[in-house]
Amino acid sequence: MAAALIFVISVVVFLQFFISYCRSVLAVSRKVELSDRVREVSGITNRNVGTDDFARLVQLLRLCPEQGDDQTEIRAVGTYYTLLRVIRKMWGFLLPAIVPWTDRECQGCSHFAAVALDRRISYSRDLFTRQVADGA
Amino acid sequence: MLGPYDYALWMAGFLVEIGVVVCTLYRRSFLRYIPLNLYMMAAALVTCGQYFYVKQYGFTSQQYFYYYYYTESLLTILLFWAIIEFYQQTFREMSVSSYIRGAAVLLLLLTALFSYAVVHENRGQLTTRFVVELGQNLHFVGVVLTYLLWGAILKLRETRTRLIQLVLALGVYFSANAVTYALRNLFPNLESSVLKSVFPLVGLWLPIAWAYTFMKVSEDARLATARLVARAR
Repeated sequence: MAAALIFVISVVVFLQFFISYCRSVLAVSRKVELSDRVREVSGITNRNVGTDDFARLVQLLRLCPEQGDDQTEIRAVGTYYTLLRVIRKMWGFLLPAIVPWTDRECQGCSHFAAVALDRRISYSRDLFTRQVADGA
Repeated sequence: MLGPYDYALWMAGFLVEIGVVVCTLYRRSFLRYIPLNLYMMAAALVTCGQYFYVKQYGFTSQQYFYYYYYTESLLTILLFWAIIEFYQQTFREMSVSSYIRGAAVLLLLLTALFSYAVVHENRGQLTTRFVVELGQNLHFVGVVLTYLLWGAILKLRETRTRLIQLVLALGVYFSANAVTYALRNLFPNLESSVLKSVFPLVGLWLPIAWAYTFMKVSEDARLATARLVARAR
């Protein structure tokens, strides 16, 4: 009985903490302006990052060399994004008010992925510059 | 029997625990987060000890079993000290440090007394069920403490991003652990299949999330907590 109660309470608290954690990670990245370079690479030159850009941006992220310190956050935000899409599909018909909120959050996830991509591109360029300098 | 995947997770766990200490040193925040760093160093030492026990006695031995669960419980109590430090940082401007310290000592004494009473009561039958139950209860106390702290952070409109992320990562860790322990308690058969691989992954979460926070979020970064509470408007 106690274990079942602990299980239920912990699941609810876990979801609350997980969502708040993801939102805090997204809030930090929201303040970061995207560079022209990442806009060009991801094809978002004349517009804001869209809600559906997340999957494409993550694919681009996989092509860049890892710095090794953001993988867990990318996974956490990816899980949050999936959760938001599920909520939108399941509850969008019944609660239309939830749709703009999920869209805003998904856009935040896409922006986070774009910021991570920007960072990795800078890292790759630094690596390349260092290699060229070492070779010279 | 342990495979390459288990050893890789083990190694990764040890490296990220050391990584958190290196990150705080690099960011010159070591002294500001002493309990957190002590916990990470203790966790790294325990990981080394686990390796020694597996090599010496084997993964399925009683010695490893008791070493694993009792050091896990001690580490959880050590993590309470980190929570208390976060409480002190949150209530810093209210000058209630002495009350928090008093409450912390009382909490630790109560936890120790409770654990001693439970161990004394069950000394003839320190079974798997007992250690799982102890772990579940300790982690649940962690969940409650972190949840209260999160409530205080929201109420006081705390804006320090680093503190917020450290506390939220801790909340995710404690609640995920409480869920897995409770599942183990409810369905003991799950351990050999699903939960065996979930435990090390949950263990990896905290050092990775903390290392990320120390590396990416500066001490001066600020964030409005109202934005973090999920609310569809």
